[in-house]
Amino acid sequence: MTKTYAEINEKIASGKAVVLTAEEVIAYVDKHGLENAAREVDVVTTATFGPMCSSGCFLNFGHSTPKMRISEAWINDVMAYCGIAAVDVYIGATQLRHNDPANMYHPGEFRYGGGHVIEDLVAGKKVQLFGLSYGTDDYPRREIRTMFDINDLNQAIMVNPRNCYQNYNVAVNVSDKRIYTYLGILRAKMRNMTYCSAGQLAPLLNDPYYATIGVGTSVWLAGARGIVYAQGTQHCSLVERGDNGVPVEGAGTLALTADMKEMRPEFVRGASFRGYGVSLALGVGIPIPILNPEILRRTTVRDRDIQASVIDYSTDYPEKTGKVLGRFTYEELRSGTVELMGKKIPVTSLSSYSKALKICNLLKSEIEDGHFLLSEPSQRLPLNQGMKSLTITGAAR
Amino acid sequence: MITKKIYLYFPKSETEKPIVYQLVKDYNLIVNIFRAKVTPEEEGYLSLEVTGSQEDITRAFAFLGTFDVVIHAGNKGVHWDENRCVHCGACVVHCPPGALTIVDQGTRTVTFNEDRCIECLACIAACPFGACSSAF
Repeated sequence: MTKTYAEINEKIASGKAVVLTAEEVIAYVDKHGLENAAREVDVVTTATFGPMCSSGCFLNFGHSTPKMRISEAWINDVMAYCGIAAVDVYIGATQLRHNDPANMYHPGEFRYGGGHVIEDLVAGKKVQLFGLSYGTDDYPRREIRTMFDINDLNQAIMVNPRNCYQNYNVAVNVSDKRIYTYLGILRAKMRNMTYCSAGQLAPLLNDPYYATIGVGTSVWLAGARGIVYAQGTQHCSLVERGDNGVPVEGAGTLALTADMKEMRPEFVRGASFRGYGVSLALGVGIPIPILNPEILRRTTVRDRDIQASVIDYSTDYPEKTGKVLGRFTYEELRSGTVELMGKKIPVTSLSSYSKALKICNLLKSEIEDGHFLLSEPSQRLPLNQGMKSLTITGAAR
Repeated sequence: MITKKIYLYFPKSETEKPIVYQLVKDYNLIVNIFRAKVTPEEEGYLSLEVTGSQEDITRAFAFLGTFDVVIHAGNKGVHWDENRCVHCGACVVHCPPGALTIVDQGTRTVTFNEDRCIECLACIAACPFGACSSAF
């Protein structure tokens, strides 16, 4: 029993597609059996909401009079990259605001940065552009200061080189001093543990071998229709996997893009990590077409079938020792307490299951209403790819 | 005996007066101060819990009313903004009295129980999204 993308899209367009969320599909397949369910179900919606540091956006301002080739720019005092055409800039999620003391007074607060500029833009707020240039014959203006909002821009295109990590580390701190990380505040002597994954709802955990999610897949990026434009940076499919094929560590990633003008502010949120820096939390939804029973079976993965590895962020992570202190399933992690090395440890998440579930349902409605069609990937994500380390060879003479 | 949480704002004119002392001495109240910042010649804030008979508390509130002090009943010292909260739950472990909790394991949304909050402010550092803030 197989279906094609075209057949599924026809059903979606005629409003007849059967769509389930990654949570609903579990009980559905239990009840109806895999073969029957594969005939009946057309699409399973997956989603995640969490901090995704490798995010940012290209903005095009249009030309002032006289024209300017912007060579340095700040938006709300956050520096944007200008090494591209005249009035194009790129602003990245982790860029700090000018004069932010960072960790000079440890732990820094990092109240505002690139992620917050992106949040403000999507929320339709007025922000300030300050730009400088060296001036040329064709672009004589040397300085610009003006307020603008997203509607004043020709384009605001989010371009994120690495989103949707397939799985992720679970962090603890075995040292006797509190540490501040991108996985939150970690108290000394393993007095808390944090993880960051939507577990059974997460896109790449529902498609562990990238059978349907590939380059060209249509995605729901913060409410906008987006696309997977490439493998994500650090995509590393050659990792240890459980018996069910699901990776027990980071693994695959996706590079995503979508029009920021169509995004919903609820799903684009600047984040400040005490002692670490700024970032951007994003909501991503990805539909999985049920082309055959095997693809359906993969989407029935549950929290109790997905394992994640506990890493010590005080030493093993920064020193890259590769040591894993233990493994837990997302069911165990979500219970709020786990036992590691004889110690009961409270566990919390940086990823929002509640928002991910909301996205699964929003995407489900869009597909049921015939507004969101699926696209067949033009290229598969690499299946046997490792990850290189950086060797320090010394400076050129 | 009842317990009420109050949050007082002192304008510059009232910062010299020993108001808490009088709450204890003249109105028989048990006072539990969570946070206070009252410096001479400046405005100030005081967040506390008072325990006593309904009658004493009513008399004490009337007494406070004779000053130019703004009284907020309930917890106004720490504010949780439901719209800024993304319900990740990062705060939960950092909240000692369990005021911030995930009650429903199905929907996994965070709730804030004002009555349990002791204004330790740990949530403010722990929340990446600025959902928790302090009035002072």
